[in-house]
Amino acid sequence: MFKHYFEQIDNVAIWPIISLVIFVVFFVGLTLYVMSHDKETIDEIASIPLADDDVLPESGEKS
Amino acid sequence: MTLEKFEYDNRIVRAFIIATVVFGLVGMLVGLTVAIQLFYPDLNLGIPYTTFGRLRPLHTNAIIFAFVGNSVFAGVYYSLQRLLKTRMFSDALSWINFWGWQTIILAAAITLPLGITTSKEYAELEWPIDIAITVIWVIFGINMIGTILKRRERHMYVAVWFYIATFITVAVLHVVNSFEMPVTFLKSYSWYAGVQDALVQWWYGHNAVAFFLTTPVLGLMYYFLPKAANRPVYSYRLSIIHFWSLIFIYIWAGPHHLLYTSLPDWAQSLGTVFSIMLIAPSWGGMLNGLLTLRGAWDKVREDPVLKFMVVAVTAYGMATLEGPLLSLKNINAIAHFSDWIIAHVHIGGLGWNGFLAFGMLYYLIPKMYQTKLWSTKLANTHFWIGTLGIVIYALPMYVAGVVQSLMWKQFTPDGLLVYGNFLETVNSIKPMYVMRAVGGALYLTGAIMMSYNLVKTAKQGKFLSDEADEAPALEKKKITGGHWHSVLERKPVLFTTLAFVAIVIGGVIEMVPTFLVKSNVPTISSVKPYTPLELEGRDIYIREGCNNCHSQMIRPFRSETVRYGEYSKAGEFVYDHPFLWGSKRTGPDLHRVGDRLTESWHFSHMYEPTSTSPGSIMPPYPWLYEDVVDPETVLPKISAMRNLGVPYQDGYEKIAVQDYMAQANKVVEEIKSQNEELKDQVIVPESEIVALIAYLERLGKDINAKTKTEETANK
Repeated sequence: MFKHYFEQIDNVAIWPIISLVIFVVFFVGLTLYVMSHDKETIDEIASIPLADDDVLPESGEKS
Repeated sequence: MTLEKFEYDNRIVRAFIIATVVFGLVGMLVGLTVAIQLFYPDLNLGIPYTTFGRLRPLHTNAIIFAFVGNSVFAGVYYSLQRLLKTRMFSDALSWINFWGWQTIILAAAITLPLGITTSKEYAELEWPIDIAITVIWVIFGINMIGTILKRRERHMYVAVWFYIATFITVAVLHVVNSFEMPVTFLKSYSWYAGVQDALVQWWYGHNAVAFFLTTPVLGLMYYFLPKAANRPVYSYRLSIIHFWSLIFIYIWAGPHHLLYTSLPDWAQSLGTVFSIMLIAPSWGGMLNGLLTLRGAWDKVREDPVLKFMVVAVTAYGMATLEGPLLSLKNINAIAHFSDWIIAHVHIGGLGWNGFLAFGMLYYLIPKMYQTKLWSTKLANTHFWIGTLGIVIYALPMYVAGVVQSLMWKQFTPDGLLVYGNFLETVNSIKPMYVMRAVGGALYLTGAIMMSYNLVKTAKQGKFLSDEADEAPALEKKKITGGHWHSVLERKPVLFTTLAFVAIVIGGVIEMVPTFLVKSNVPTISSVKPYTPLELEGRDIYIREGCNNCHSQMIRPFRSETVRYGEYSKAGEFVYDHPFLWGSKRTGPDLHRVGDRLTESWHFSHMYEPTSTSPGSIMPPYPWLYEDVVDPETVLPKISAMRNLGVPYQDGYEKIAVQDYMAQANKVVEEIKSQNEELKDQVIVPESEIVALIAYLERLGKDINAKTKTEETANK
């Protein structure tokens, strides 16, 4: 029933096409971006959270 | 390379942890209260402030913004500093963020039981609080971006991406959905009306789940799970894909909350398609979390932190598979408006959000107090009692949802509803409500155990308020070409911009067509604005939170049109600021209640629901009979509505009070003439109940004027 109202928009058919194009471009770009990283960099970044365990507790104060 | 010394701020983390625990217990306690009210309505205590309709938003807001919100702040403030090798940008901003947020929560805890609400789910808080939320949120953002800019670690770890996306998207959602026209200091009307209001609200509601309950918590998962397991995340590449596809797709799926409603079909389909697509990134994230533990499952046996996280990530996987499935129209036809949805959100809330927060707290407190957890055994007990609580909560709700929904739809061979009386379906699921409360109580018991355990742990340890660390300063690299910006400045800003673009695309494509074309909402000439009395009654309906149990949206199914009347049309809601479609039918739909029930029936029913509907779980509303309205208060409401485009004539305010009283007197006459027993009853025309009845009687009548029939049951 809403098709009728949509027919009044100029070039309504362009909307789904735009959506499809945006999506394809987005995911192709994302894949390329992910692939462009070399393994060393990836591993280095992945271990960032584990690198902060050697803390120096001497400045601790009781509160 | 000189090492710079600096200290991490643990005080702010501790403050947010205390708030998390306290508000977690409060939010769960309110939840347990409303759960018990659903089978034992006397727990309403007969006072206005504790009815289900007012406590339900208090429960949802307390859990989402107070419990999960504070746990997210705690986790972000802890992990952000360490991931970026720097103290927070500004301690002052940290504390403004903390105290501001707690003040907002306090304001919510006071206003919601008082019935001060906008009625829009998870956005119930009124306009001054909305502004405060915006300010505090921006302060959090400035503090976070500032921290990123002064970092000593070149690469932004994926958790930080999730935090940035959370900040941006929540800001956009909150601002767009909170456009409202103030009437008085604590009363406003939504800028949008009807179908458009519903679309904006569920674009917000769905994405509040996405960007308040999911993305920041995923960020926490990507930091704390590798920490607890002491191994890097399974696939960092997968986490990049997880992040970008999640924020890009999530934003489109809001309309799946409005399937079979008066929302245009194309928008409904859009919501469904994108919901199905969402399975991919969500499960990518879940598998990434679980596979991080490959080779470390022996640790999971001993470490309560990992136990909680494994169940949390699993619950994330369950909920994110179930959500898309619920957005398939044939499944949604059964699940929507039923307790199935309650089960679904609690898999997410209790399982994903709650358990991840618990795991994080069990990890953080011993670390910050430089000691061991006081009792691993008690933590394990908490784990099992909590898990059991989730199961005992969710299973009865699934059963109740499906049972009741199928009962609503069942016909006899003669084509009559088998359960024409809505109450029969309520009574059949009351046992499930009891079981659900037991599950919730178990879960709360576990949380109390945790609180005790954490306090004991803190007592035996020594709090490290400023944790020292050192790292080399980040070299500022010069970029050839263009400006002499450093990478340091460029990357986070560029990243933030890209994330913003990603989330805006979906929102724009989803909403623009509906807002662009007036004809998207076909006008119905017989639909007229509410009279002053009805407008006042509608505000009482909003104040009492009726929309938390009653929908105003009849779906185009035979089972619904037979039970409730003609299905709802988009054009009927054009003057509804805000829309009141509701999302759960604890009681029957009310969109055409004006055609079904009489003034005197409502008068008896609202005073003591069981008098007209034996076994009803609706609370009585005796105060509506004593409290009176000053008709003058309607005048600014009329003006506000006119400013929003509702066609009240210029100068209508001059005669509005007169109209108000004339209609009120007529309602009183109707009540007395319809029921012998009420003939000598003193009914003040200005009393709130009269206005509410006028509104209920008006509902759904504009498009067809059927003759009313006196009904004895809530059909």
